[in-house]
Amino acid sequence: MQSVAWSLSLFLMALITAAFVIVCRGAAGERELRNPYRGRAVVFALTLIAGVLITLTTLSPWPLPAYAANPAPAAKVIDAVGHQWRWDLSESTVPVGKPVEFRVTSADVNHGFSVYRGKTRIIGQTQAMPGFVNRLRLTFDEPGQYEILCLEYCGLAHHGMLATITAVAE
Amino acid sequence: MVSEPKQTPADSAATASERLVLLAYATTAIAVFALMMIVGFLMRSAQATWVDLPVDRFYELMTLHGTGMVGTAGLGGAFVMWYFLGRHVRLSSKVMLTTFGLSLAGVVLIIGGILLGHYAGAWTFLYPLPAKSMGVWQPAAAAAFVVGLILIGVGFLLFYADCALALIRRYGSLTASLGVPQLISGRVEEAPPAAVVASTMAIIVNVLGILAGAVVLIMTLVSLYIPGMVFDALLMKNLIFFFGHVFINVALYMGVIAVYEILPRYTNRPWKVNRPFIAAWLAAVFLVLAVYPHHLLMDYAMPKWAATLGQVVSYLSGIPVLIVTAWGTLGNIARSGIRWDLPSRLLVFGVLGWAAGIVPAVVDGTISVNLVMHNTQWVPGHFHTYLLLGLLPMLLGFMAWAVQLRGEDSSFQRAAFWGYAIAGAVFCLSFLYGGANGVPRRFAVHVSEWLPVASVGSIAAAVVVVSVVSLALVIVRRLPQLGKTVG
Repeated sequence: MQSVAWSLSLFLMALITAAFVIVCRGAAGERELRNPYRGRAVVFALTLIAGVLITLTTLSPWPLPAYAANPAPAAKVIDAVGHQWRWDLSESTVPVGKPVEFRVTSADVNHGFSVYRGKTRIIGQTQAMPGFVNRLRLTFDEPGQYEILCLEYCGLAHHGMLATITAVAE
Repeated sequence: MVSEPKQTPADSAATASERLVLLAYATTAIAVFALMMIVGFLMRSAQATWVDLPVDRFYELMTLHGTGMVGTAGLGGAFVMWYFLGRHVRLSSKVMLTTFGLSLAGVVLIIGGILLGHYAGAWTFLYPLPAKSMGVWQPAAAAAFVVGLILIGVGFLLFYADCALALIRRYGSLTASLGVPQLISGRVEEAPPAAVVASTMAIIVNVLGILAGAVVLIMTLVSLYIPGMVFDALLMKNLIFFFGHVFINVALYMGVIAVYEILPRYTNRPWKVNRPFIAAWLAAVFLVLAVYPHHLLMDYAMPKWAATLGQVVSYLSGIPVLIVTAWGTLGNIARSGIRWDLPSRLLVFGVLGWAAGIVPAVVDGTISVNLVMHNTQWVPGHFHTYLLLGLLPMLLGFMAWAVQLRGEDSSFQRAAFWGYAIAGAVFCLSFLYGGANGVPRRFAVHVSEWLPVASVGSIAAAVVVVSVVSLALVIVRRLPQLGKTVG
């Protein structure tokens, strides 16, 4: 997902930049009035159609598994509580290949419960908020260690708020 | 045939009090932007381990940088709006100076709260963090910060009240000054000028945003001194993000007035106020108000309809910018014989930055992407694209034009502009690349895997700072020209 987001963004930003560069390079040249709004209605309609398609494909099924209609039962439920500045987890091992549900809340301020594989790939996240329990449903495809970082700024040791969970093949 | 853009009586020299407003806002905007950029460079350098910045100082500077940039962006946008709206309706210099005075008082409190009281709760003051610092700062420090924001908000409300009254006196209602009657009737030749339509949108939206901000700031203040009084954290988050999103977005919508007003003077083509233009600005009123739930996509306690609204409206919000303002800019300059100089380059670059910044914003507003990108560096990546490369060039372009830098095109100015544009793009892309690779935002300490991208960002930031300070010096040297003739 991350690489798709990066590539798509880069492509579209380059496209917009190219349009500006082409128009600007010719802008100081000969004075010639044409209808600059030609084709705008078509682009507008295409943008709307693309929007409808993107909405349908990204929201159905609902992208947050625990909140989808009739979610599959979780193989394991783990309670996660954020504190300034540590995570309390009811368990620290999870099964590989089966849905695990994290019930995430906070004892003090807002935190961000984010599960990392290595230091460069997030596999899912939710907010940890006082007074609310958010259910994050994840499936761990590979055995090994995963890290939980806080992604909502929560004070001076925010960057050090770290926990580890281990995915074990059963 | 293209008609000459209409000049107004206010194109003549500014009065003494108007000159005072111009000088106060221009010098403050330039000074604060430059200082806050240096702060930003320091933070990025600390993440790259080039600079040894203690974590408490990092988060204080982060709070200062965010607050200073957002506040100055708002003031800069208001400056543009006041300057050009004042050509169509009578605005008060005294009110504008009062807004400036209140903002200055607010800034003093905010700086005091941060640098003396060590408040480091970020500019977003997410409840209940201001009241729960683990002993790092005292309630008085957070209170100074909160009251500072309230004072700035009051200043903005006064400014908008003055503008709204002037528009109502001239057009009869805000609906009329937004051009709604002409949208319905189709008689667009009778529509208000672009600056009036855009200003009306800014007034309606930002007054609502600031009022929401006032409510949540007062609730935060209460929570500082009455710990037993607990508010709903989700409600507070909704209010904060509604206020914050609206405020910074409206700064952009005010800043683009400079493009509508100045570019036609270069191209000799008036900015067309047609039905799509009015419809886009009318839509922007609702879209900017409704889009904020995209900040709360990872708050699963929010109802599904709100998350859906956040995603869908994020997408829709980009359309007026791309189809009306970006397309309109290209249409205005295409084969126009425009003379490229510092103001025209900066203004057109600003529109490009805004339009390009829409893309990563919309991408991040998609729930399935947000699940793996929220609160990574993708977020500062997208907002720096449309603020550093969008709003700031518009403001600098406006000021360069206002200090009579038109027609000049020295190699120094060109070098500073291109340094800013290219390094600024690299700086923003380094954030976006970091975000796509899991680098968190708002981390004082970076692990080794994240250092290369922080180093690239730091190098780019250094070039941006040097380039922008160079441009600022070019403008500052010409400040005595400000307001001598404002047309």
